[in-house]
Amino acid sequence: MLDPDRGLSLTIARVVQRLQGSSLHSQLERQARVSLHKPEIRLESLKEDIKDFLKTSGWEKKLQNAVYSELNVFPSPCHPAAPPEHIKEPLAYMRKAQGSWEKRILKSLNSMCTELNIPLAQKRPANEQKELLSKWNEMGTDEPDLSLFRPVYAPKDFLEVLMNLRNPNYENGEQPSFRNHLGLIQVPLKVKDIPELKEDFSELSLNIGQLGIDDSAQVPPEFFENEHVRVGQKVLAEQDSAAAQQYVRQGCPTALRADLWALILNISNQPEDILYYEQLKSNVIQHDLLVDSLIYKDVKLTASNDDYYFVFEDYLYQVLLCFSRDTSVLEHFTYSSATPPKSYIQGKLGMEEYAVFYPPNGVIPFHGFSMYVAPLCFLYHEPSKLYQIFREMYVRFFFRLHSISSHPSGIVSLCLLFETLLQTHLPQLFYHLREIGAQPLRISFKWMVRAFSGYLATDQLLLLWDRILGYNSLEILAVLAAAVFAFRAVNLMEVTSLAAAEAVLADLSTLKVMPLLQIFLFATVT
Amino acid sequence: MPSLDLLLRPPVPQVQEIVFRNFYTAFLSVRVQRPGPGGSRRWVTCLRNLCLMPCPHTEEGSQDYFCLHRHQMLCDVDQVTAMRFILRQPSPVWLHFTIEDLQIFPPGQKSPQKDFPSWLSQLTPPEQPASLHGELPDPEKVSTEVQQMWVLTEVIRARQAAARIGRFDVSPTTLLMGTPTLPH
Repeated sequence: MLDPDRGLSLTIARVVQRLQGSSLHSQLERQARVSLHKPEIRLESLKEDIKDFLKTSGWEKKLQNAVYSELNVFPSPCHPAAPPEHIKEPLAYMRKAQGSWEKRILKSLNSMCTELNIPLAQKRPANEQKELLSKWNEMGTDEPDLSLFRPVYAPKDFLEVLMNLRNPNYENGEQPSFRNHLGLIQVPLKVKDIPELKEDFSELSLNIGQLGIDDSAQVPPEFFENEHVRVGQKVLAEQDSAAAQQYVRQGCPTALRADLWALILNISNQPEDILYYEQLKSNVIQHDLLVDSLIYKDVKLTASNDDYYFVFEDYLYQVLLCFSRDTSVLEHFTYSSATPPKSYIQGKLGMEEYAVFYPPNGVIPFHGFSMYVAPLCFLYHEPSKLYQIFREMYVRFFFRLHSISSHPSGIVSLCLLFETLLQTHLPQLFYHLREIGAQPLRISFKWMVRAFSGYLATDQLLLLWDRILGYNSLEILAVLAAAVFAFRAVNLMEVTSLAAAEAVLADLSTLKVMPLLQIFLFATVT
Repeated sequence: MPSLDLLLRPPVPQVQEIVFRNFYTAFLSVRVQRPGPGGSRRWVTCLRNLCLMPCPHTEEGSQDYFCLHRHQMLCDVDQVTAMRFILRQPSPVWLHFTIEDLQIFPPGQKSPQKDFPSWLSQLTPPEQPASLHGELPDPEKVSTEVQQMWVLTEVIRARQAAARIGRFDVSPTTLLMGTPTLPH
């Protein structure tokens, strides 16, 4: 808990330190210097005139967007006495659980490595480099032998770990009591209830127009759609991140979505960004990592088999192979509860000077990881822009879905929120499913871990991800999961086994996301 | 109701800040013993039921760091000879509750702060541009204003930049040689 004035100064100092030396900073300096030649800049009011010039030429807006982006991504400063691990994750037992989970993953990776006798990384021979470069745009045609590789872990392994998460200071008696939760998650995190969610998601309410509902064929476009598109074009013309974030809460028109998302994530695809992507590409060409085979395997198992995403297979390789070599992703570990794995050069185990992070970006892909990228391929066709958007989405949102933390958007909180919502508003259904051995979280966990990618139709998925960006939170995933159960409640009450319950909920591709969310939040009798 | 008693010998002339880490305490009250009228010592409440955990059945605030300033206290905390921290946790679900890493800072010794750039405290308020009235501007004034901007630029340039330069990074994969193994 920090004094508000001191908190504000710390935040300002942190934002300034992060923006100093960035390309935006040098561009602003250059613009200010260039403006000195203009007649409207007078010497006696130099500071004010330059500030006005930067305002009218749109540079102040760019700076505002950069500051807004920093505030959105980084958590508010804790007390200065708090050590760095407290900023990553305040609860000691969660840090410990994340540490043991990471050790398990590394053990699995290590044993696969020794079993198959494949090095973690090696330099590609020159002819192989040439071959890969020529085939860069069609890596999907490659058919390497991946039969011996297996994914390091799958979402259901992760669910087992979360189910066993316990606070040692909490009375976890075996006897059923008010202390024990009826669901699978047993940690007492604070989650929102429906009145609080109604307030947070107020733009989704029944009296406000939504794309996904009010743009259907039966509704004349003059009522909502035309005006909404006009406002969207205006927001894009103004180039204002904060306004864009507010706008997308009501949904993005398809034609404007790519630009609006780039504006919210503050991605401008400058020449230096393209150059950075090219550098990552050359890293892929020169060195072969074991993680590459895991990525190939994952893409072949998931995205290539999906009716909507198989066409983007080549894009997925181009993005994910570069992603594993991108060391700028390491920055997100300051606010993530996870820690990147370290590897030591052979023979120098334990010596810090010979330690490197492996993979270079610190993220080991799991089964289904490529599904985070696949929906974005519908929006962006230029590999470097697609790459930057995915990277930004990962370090803002997706990393929370596969690490153990107490953050309100972390997967543990989402699971607890889902179970609590279901228990409170559909108690009969919850009780019935529990009695037949079909705990609801066992079915909905995989939806939430993948942010519903691969389960919903793509247009519906993009409408859902609009709201994730708009509200800067993943809680909507838990609300949607509960809403899906509410929608299929009648069928679920008749099933008598977990397999039958899975079958009822196997196909979500016909669901319309926004009506479900609206009904669950605003039209259910509480 | 558990409490932590602190005897301060020699008495602290002025308490500036109290810093601690919470461990599942929901509400905190602090009483201090001060010299009263006529040489006696009396107990005074300086903090009443400060809420550390807004929702005592859940984890919010349970292991956070807190800092109490002088100006948040109900009374003067001068010449303190003893302090009593009264901890309350109404929820029965927790096994233990306490506060840890308690530190008391007299004035002059502020709790460890992040390093602020010095110019942050010297930001000038927005200035009114001087009207010319047909005269030349005062050269002293002009040169100080330009100098201020120049100094600001120099200070910023001298600071360590946190932003990445990007294309000059050395790829770590070039460092891996042979078959490195991950630690178990």
